[in-house]
Amino acid sequence: MQKTVNHRAWLLVLPVVLSVAFSAILPLMTVVNYSVQDILGPGQRVWVGNEWFIDTVRNPDLHAAFWRNLLFSFQVLLIQIPLGIAVALALPAKGWQASLSLVLIALPLLIPWNVVGTIWQIFGRADIGLGGYFVNNILGISYNYTLEPRDAWITVLVMDVWHWTPLVALLCYAGLRAIPDPFYQAARIDGAKLWSIFWYIQLPKLRGVLLIAVLLRFMDSFMIYTEPFVVTGGGPGTATTFLSIYLSNIAIGQFDLGNGSAFSLIYFLLIQILCFVFYTTILRVGRK
Amino acid sequence: MAEVKLRGLAHSYHPQPGKPEDYAVRPLEMTWEDGGAYALLGPSGCGKTTLLNIISGLIQPTQGQVLFDGKDVTELPTERRNIAQVFQFPVIYDTMTVFDNLAFPLRNRGVRPSEVTRRVQEIAEQLDLTEDLRRRASGLSADIKQKISLGRGLVRSDVAAILFDEPLTVIDPQLKLVLRSKLKQIHRQFKLTLIYVTHDQTEALTFADQVVVMYEGSVVQVGTPQELFERPAHTFVGYFIGSPGMNLLPARLVDGRVCVGDQPLPVNAGALRLAAGDELSIGIRPEFVRYSTAAAPDALPVHVTRVEDLGNYQIVTAELVGTAQRVKAKLAEEAAASLGPGWLQFPAERLRIYRNGMAV
Repeated sequence: MQKTVNHRAWLLVLPVVLSVAFSAILPLMTVVNYSVQDILGPGQRVWVGNEWFIDTVRNPDLHAAFWRNLLFSFQVLLIQIPLGIAVALALPAKGWQASLSLVLIALPLLIPWNVVGTIWQIFGRADIGLGGYFVNNILGISYNYTLEPRDAWITVLVMDVWHWTPLVALLCYAGLRAIPDPFYQAARIDGAKLWSIFWYIQLPKLRGVLLIAVLLRFMDSFMIYTEPFVVTGGGPGTATTFLSIYLSNIAIGQFDLGNGSAFSLIYFLLIQILCFVFYTTILRVGRK
Repeated sequence: MAEVKLRGLAHSYHPQPGKPEDYAVRPLEMTWEDGGAYALLGPSGCGKTTLLNIISGLIQPTQGQVLFDGKDVTELPTERRNIAQVFQFPVIYDTMTVFDNLAFPLRNRGVRPSEVTRRVQEIAEQLDLTEDLRRRASGLSADIKQKISLGRGLVRSDVAAILFDEPLTVIDPQLKLVLRSKLKQIHRQFKLTLIYVTHDQTEALTFADQVVVMYEGSVVQVGTPQELFERPAHTFVGYFIGSPGMNLLPARLVDGRVCVGDQPLPVNAGALRLAAGDELSIGIRPEFVRYSTAAAPDALPVHVTRVEDLGNYQIVTAELVGTAQRVKAKLAEEAAASLGPGWLQFPAERLRIYRNGMAV
């Protein structure tokens, strides 16, 4: 096919280019600016090249935060995916009970991150929090998320499970409802037990939605910031200092703009790669 | 292999059914003979699938009994009924190979592995699936998947009947023929009772020895394809079977004669014991209507409004003079037909009289 060459068509792209430039590229360039120079004040700057980057990636604190965050993300997936499937299987399939339970289940998803953090921050306190009081005084287990690294970790993990398992459950619920009745009928005729129905019909049919759930939950938990910031502030010590919290500690807490910018770019790139993986995998699943 | 008997069977999806319209399947008596090939034919929503699901036990009937070889199975769950069912869309277990798919019903019933292998290979041979046995079932085409669903029914040696719920809907037209003849072959070989639900009359007429026509939850006629064509027991059968369907004209009794409009027809009304208040209609197949361009005794004057040449035959559409009733006639390719005035004859031996929809 013969293509017409018309360079005026570029003009049509111009508005998008301009708006993206103002919204994304210009702010990003500021970060790039800081990541390759040491800016001491107005008019006082030294070109440092890749030194900030080298300094950042060699930082053992960053490595620790990275592995900590990765471990957290894996634990999130390990708990939330099976739990989400279980909840979806247990939900009623139709009637007003279905609508009611869907609304109840979806409620945590509608609460702003900050509020989720505040809720758990109070809930977990031993003196005035229902949860903290219950664990300490009724169960008799010593629990204090402001002092004990293990308790802080568990609090943030449980909070994330509470906040985001509904998403997995809703996705799975939709996936389960999409399985046509004849599959269950055929399984009954074939004499399949409940476990076989789950293993050979439901789980394979949920593959698509589960993939989306895994990728979404991995990305989200890898970027987690607000809730642990509100509850633990990254502590005690560095027990809950995930990548985002580490970044804000450097850039805003210590005002190390060079290190902060360099790491921002690296973090940004990491998320971009994950996004790409996410996108291509979903496309491939859709094509099947 | 079994005779399936339905006794006083009815089903309603309403919690408290009252009116006859509340019933998806209205009370019926029916015997499906051992080894028979039946087609269950009817429009969408007439209760075919409900009836099928009652036989397989997926639905508990509101009233009545299901008997296999005289044994009451109404209370038995599906998995203990020895019924195989093939659905409209192929149901296969995606993650399994074809072999495992076929072996699944046997393994669930605790059959010995050596026996499983023997049965699966035997059935795969019958269905031409031997080459696909090692392949994963998910990537295969719709017709092979449908054969796998059928095979899962056939592997069980104790199968009493196989039920098909419009199994060829998603199959390509050319493959439909192949698969249909495969089904007939399987039927002859295994001598199974087959019940085949469809709304495609060609499929029903070519496949079955006996066609069961359902309409609004009732079985309106059971018969061979020829019986359905020549002697429809219900106006619906006349209209539904045949292409084009039967001509159905409202009629009335005038001085003891059956008339359409003002024209008396060659019917012995006295012998049929018709009463003046009956809602009557006459039916005649387009194939049996005689058309001529000249007047003849008993012929009704008509105005031909359309002549369609459909290749090897023609369809003449005419309006009866004095009424707005339309009649279609199927004529041979070489017959001369022209628009405008003409005459139609309804041979007495081909005329059917219906009272309130039922043949008299």
